[in-house]
Amino acid sequence: MQANNIFILGVNHKTAPVEIREQLAFSADGTLPLQELLTSTGASEGCILSTCNRVEIITVSNDAERSPGALRRFLFGKTSLSDDEAAKYSYLHQGSEAITHLFRVGASLDSMIVGEPQILGQLKQAYKIASEENCTGAILNRFLHKSFSVAKRIRTETSIGSNAVSISYAAVEMAKKIFGDLQGKVVMLVGAGEMAELAAEHLINQGVGQVVVVNRTLERAVKLARQFNGKAAGLDELFTQLEDIDILISSTGAPGLVLKKDDVKPVMRQRHNRPLFLIDIAVPRDLDPELNNLDNVYLYDIDDLQQVVDVNKAERDKEAARGENIVAEEAMKFQQWLEGMEVSPTIAELRRKADAICQAELARTLGNLKDLSPKAQVSIEKMAGAIVSKMLHDPIRFLKAEDRHNPDKGERLAVTRQIFALDQDGDNGAEDE
Amino acid sequence: MTLLFNLTFFLYLFVTVSYLAFFFNQNPKIQILARYGMVIAAVSHVGYTVVRYLSVGYTPITSNHEAVSFFALAVCLSYLSFRWRYQVKNFGVFVSPIVFALMLVAYFSSTKVVELSPVLQSLWLPVHASIAILANAFLTLAFCGGVMYLLQEREIKGKHFGMFYTRLPSLESLDNLNNHCLTAGFLLLTLGIVTGSFWAEQAFGTYWQWDPKETWSLVTWLIYAAILHQRFTAGWRRRKAAILAVIGYIVVLFTFWGVNFMLGGIHSYAG
Repeated sequence: MQANNIFILGVNHKTAPVEIREQLAFSADGTLPLQELLTSTGASEGCILSTCNRVEIITVSNDAERSPGALRRFLFGKTSLSDDEAAKYSYLHQGSEAITHLFRVGASLDSMIVGEPQILGQLKQAYKIASEENCTGAILNRFLHKSFSVAKRIRTETSIGSNAVSISYAAVEMAKKIFGDLQGKVVMLVGAGEMAELAAEHLINQGVGQVVVVNRTLERAVKLARQFNGKAAGLDELFTQLEDIDILISSTGAPGLVLKKDDVKPVMRQRHNRPLFLIDIAVPRDLDPELNNLDNVYLYDIDDLQQVVDVNKAERDKEAARGENIVAEEAMKFQQWLEGMEVSPTIAELRRKADAICQAELARTLGNLKDLSPKAQVSIEKMAGAIVSKMLHDPIRFLKAEDRHNPDKGERLAVTRQIFALDQDGDNGAEDE
Repeated sequence: MTLLFNLTFFLYLFVTVSYLAFFFNQNPKIQILARYGMVIAAVSHVGYTVVRYLSVGYTPITSNHEAVSFFALAVCLSYLSFRWRYQVKNFGVFVSPIVFALMLVAYFSSTKVVELSPVLQSLWLPVHASIAILANAFLTLAFCGGVMYLLQEREIKGKHFGMFYTRLPSLESLDNLNNHCLTAGFLLLTLGIVTGSFWAEQAFGTYWQWDPKETWSLVTWLIYAAILHQRFTAGWRRRKAAILAVIGYIVVLFTFWGVNFMLGGIHSYAG
């Protein structure tokens, strides 16, 4: 069976610590030892995915006895680990398990942060390199393309990637819930810190118009403002700026409160009650917790944002479960396709399709020629049957031929199935017997 | 005729149930079902109204059954017209139960055709009554927007992220929704009162006679005028606007029904 020829050997963040993974990772400059993979494992097709969290070696090989050990030797060859240790740190999937595994990897269901979209791009890149080196054939071409489309389907049908799972993204998500569109909004950074800068960066990527940086030392403010193409101001200007901004991110090292309720209350009237989103990521806190009680002021401290993250993570897990169902469904379909990728079922399908066309056309023609003698009818039927058999003779011979001049079996099957459209759902009327 | 009404009624029931189901399980297929259901229900409802018009001979908007049914239709059509231009996530979930509730009232009201006194048989009837009810429809949408705003704001301010947080749109878009519907509702309300007084002049010889409906319409008008005025001058937006849209709507409903049942007057629905 074709499905059992698919192997995936891999290590990921769950099975191996980073010390092991970094020894196994393939260089990022794009040269992968693909030819070596094929020769050393005897595989007919191969692809290597190497990222900081995982290495996956995907092969198609007729030699099911030899493959597991050969694959491990290929991956762990550079290390001093024994085969037993290598087996402990890695996983080997074959057949339907391998199909499910790759679909899960592509859809980011197996990622450290479930739903992060990077992995699909990395998988596509890995496939591109392998196909450029002519290391993929009929099976892997279809397998990897299928894994891309499964990932896409999961992304559109579930909201696995739509919720923020880091503090700085949570700030952006809340801003969007309050302001809708962030276009043209003004964000103010009070004090500087890694997380505040990260949040500001995300906000700018989402279309925030302007950044104002306020700092105790103006020099630092100017430096940071330049980074964001914004304005710098001293801490004393905080209150005058308050009227024009929409989002404030505070992360000063000040021991006391920087902004109190009574500072902001009169400003809200001047602002015509335009909403104000205050984000306090300083510990101890910069912003008066009472501020949240003002109308149209929304105050979030670091714990509140963490809560958003937790809720979103739970939501993602729920969506991931729906993703798993899609994977199971698609893996089943792919396996069915693989089963059809054998010579005899393909020939049978080809004959069935041709016969169906032949019968349908005969019924139509004979229906129009009612005054034909039975003998004439029989000879027309015979003729139609003969045309079909003769037409199919060469394609079937091509399918069966094992000589050297022909491409390999998978290729021959793929070509034939494509030419005769055997994999399309709802074949054009050939099925209506 | 009854058959067509019942069909419409059950279509709205179906739409409401689908929208609620969608709200809980977020299955996009159910949402599509509800959307098309709403359009089909509207078509069937228009059909019913036309058939009733042909059979009674004047615009069917005078008995309680007719007025409420027309109210439901107006809410449904204004929702569809709104949806056609703006997209507000899960708006239908909040509008469809109201439409269905109105249909429920219409369902249990007498469908008897009442003779209309010749004084009232005028072109002003369809013009005045349909404008007034359309105004109510837009104020209904503003009410829904207000409720959605308050629910969403409660979760955002209180930082407990429950059902509504992910399912409702941003506060900004809910506020915009409120603004659009209040403005449209207010303009139609003004027009409704003006056409009503022209009709009164024609039928009774006076523009204004402090009939309870007239008085309460004026009260409603003043409330919404105040909301919009404050919105433009003092920035009563968002939370305050949402609360006022909800309160204003209670007065709208009282003007629509309460006045007739409690206070009587020339506007009382026959039957």
